[in-house]
Amino acid sequence: MQALVVNTLLAVVVLTAAVFRFVVGRPAGNMTKKQKTMLSRILLAAAVLLGLQFLPAELFARLDGVLFPSAGRWVRFALYLADYFIIGYDILRKAFKGILNRQVFDENFLMAVATVGAMALAIYENGDYLEAIAVMLFYQIGEWFQGYAVGKSRRNISELMDIRPDYANIERDGRLEQVDPDEVAIGSIIVVQPGEKVPIDGTVEEGSSTLNTSALTGESLPREAAAGDEVISGCINLTGVLKIRTSKEFGESTVSKILDLVENASSRKSRSEDFISKFAKIYTPAVCCSALALAVLPPLVRMLALGLSAGWGTWIYRALTFLVISCPCALVISIPLSFFAGIGGASQEGVLVKGSNYLEALSQTKIVVFDKTGTLTQGVFAVNGIHHSTMDQAKLIEYAALAESASSHPISKSLQRAYGREPDRTRVSDIREISGGGVIAKVDGVEVAAGNDKLMKQLGIPYTDCRQAGTIIHMAVGGSYAGHIVISDIVKPNAKKAIAALRSAGVEKTVMLTGDAKKVAEQVASHLGIDWVFSELLPAGKVAQVEKLLETKGGKAKLAFVGDGINDAPVLSRADIGIAMGAMGSDAAIEAADVVLMDDDPMKIVKAIRISRKCLGIVYQNIVMALGVKFACLVLGAVGIANMYLAIFADVGVMILAVLNAIRCLFVKKL
Amino acid sequence: MKKTYKIEVDCANCANLMEEAARKTAGVQAATVNFMTQKLIVEFVEGQDPAAVMGEVLRACKKVEPDCEIFL
Repeated sequence: MQALVVNTLLAVVVLTAAVFRFVVGRPAGNMTKKQKTMLSRILLAAAVLLGLQFLPAELFARLDGVLFPSAGRWVRFALYLADYFIIGYDILRKAFKGILNRQVFDENFLMAVATVGAMALAIYENGDYLEAIAVMLFYQIGEWFQGYAVGKSRRNISELMDIRPDYANIERDGRLEQVDPDEVAIGSIIVVQPGEKVPIDGTVEEGSSTLNTSALTGESLPREAAAGDEVISGCINLTGVLKIRTSKEFGESTVSKILDLVENASSRKSRSEDFISKFAKIYTPAVCCSALALAVLPPLVRMLALGLSAGWGTWIYRALTFLVISCPCALVISIPLSFFAGIGGASQEGVLVKGSNYLEALSQTKIVVFDKTGTLTQGVFAVNGIHHSTMDQAKLIEYAALAESASSHPISKSLQRAYGREPDRTRVSDIREISGGGVIAKVDGVEVAAGNDKLMKQLGIPYTDCRQAGTIIHMAVGGSYAGHIVISDIVKPNAKKAIAALRSAGVEKTVMLTGDAKKVAEQVASHLGIDWVFSELLPAGKVAQVEKLLETKGGKAKLAFVGDGINDAPVLSRADIGIAMGAMGSDAAIEAADVVLMDDDPMKIVKAIRISRKCLGIVYQNIVMALGVKFACLVLGAVGIANMYLAIFADVGVMILAVLNAIRCLFVKKL
Repeated sequence: MKKTYKIEVDCANCANLMEEAARKTAGVQAATVNFMTQKLIVEFVEGQDPAAVMGEVLRACKKVEPDCEIFL
């Protein structure tokens, strides 16, 4: 029965190896040369082993009569030994080298001892050489597959992340020529046709078009670009031809910087990775020592204490099984792979994480501190309400815009925007600026006063106070009160949803810091559902406040600060995790932050945290699964239930599962 | 001074061993192996000649993992 299983398995191995060697491995770049050689060896060894399986020992025994006594036994041994060397010579060599270099306890040594031991047992019994060779064969298959799977997923993830353009178009003698973007000097004119990526940052000289920024931000929000606009590399040109004067070299352009950042992010190792590296260092020697103990102690106890037969063979076999499970690779590989995939997946969503350690920290975020302006609000002043108006609201805005038409103050600009048309200056006369109050002017011959409460008091016009926070413009038309206009910073459309989503994603406290007036800050905070507000802060005050919060939080909880990354660099670096928003095209923000959100949608913060949670979840799953299966095998091996085959399959199987599980980190679109 | 080298190594644990070996080499301030991108980032001690140090690093790495390669 067992022979049938093993033979079928070997046949499957021969077939699969042949397919991989001659079909999958054919296209260049799919496998390294080393992998191809190894695959050929696996194929050859498996085929020879399968052939030898059909030549029973009795057949060799007939040679005894022809040659010399027990010749058959030796010939059979020689054939198996040859096959063993085909598949395992490099392991034996490495094990030997390891001993010379005093690096004894590595997996090569273990495999060598395990299989040489099994061979020796087989010679002694003139029995089953199969096991030693099969174990070596399956170990090599496992190693090969691991190398192949990891290499392949590594390449796939890198390709997914690779938004680097391959060429730039330069016009020479009226013809377009494709050149390497590295060779384009600053100040050159490049041509980007519809459907092409903008290869290098620059300013539009000629043409207008719509750009798709989804490769950078993860959202396919089209952006308009016309002559004079700055465009950044990585956007896809959708409609018109653009001529762009480059402002940076290719290597300094946004797209190259982002790629470098994401690719090198996995060099900053997470705590889980460090833990596993340390664990791997003690794991192998520990298993070796236990194997030695297992081989020696039980037989001695049986012999001396129990008076039974020692059963050396059984216990040595169990010890060898132990050794097979001792390679920590499945454990070690799955963690960086998970982080790599998680960082890659996040970058496709417009969330750039600058290190595995930050991804890990992000998953433990309990406090999120926001800078108000530019993060929760748009940082642009706009008309936010018209109250107690005695006339049509549009009419009131028209009067206000006209009266303020001569001013370039941000307030008057936002009135102008709300009005929506170019104010007709000829309708306005007798403009008088009342310093610290507002403006009085004649519009269409009617006297209009627009300004604060002081102005109204000065004019002796009774006014109604406003409960809403912001800048209030009281209006008096023709000497009587006509209502007031509230101008304030607009809260981002998704801000409220984002705060609620953060809470459901496990964030315990949300805090808002702002330099704004207390009334404004509190109103925004209560509207959004933010727990704590600290207002009227200077930049240094923000740092102090974050430091205070850092002191009060628990040991494992992490504090994230979200800002626009332009003037809050000190706070970004002080927090456990600094998150910069809306950083597309802003080098300063990318430099200062640990996590960079390419667009300015607050929901992206939630997304970043969800991605990190998923990724860390997968990391823990892999650790628990790999360790669990290994320990289960160790126990089963020690009591004699698991044989060497099972041990090898457990080892390879766990590795494959761990790699597949790690790849799941890449799929974060729906989070 | 910091330099990045392309490497070739097949198993993750071997990459960790290489990192450890590189760190212990004289003249190396800090070393990180990025298995996923197959890169070795070495920070040298001030005033050391990178070429000479890297020769030592390669030797040390070959010792712990004969199959590895560093492209100097």
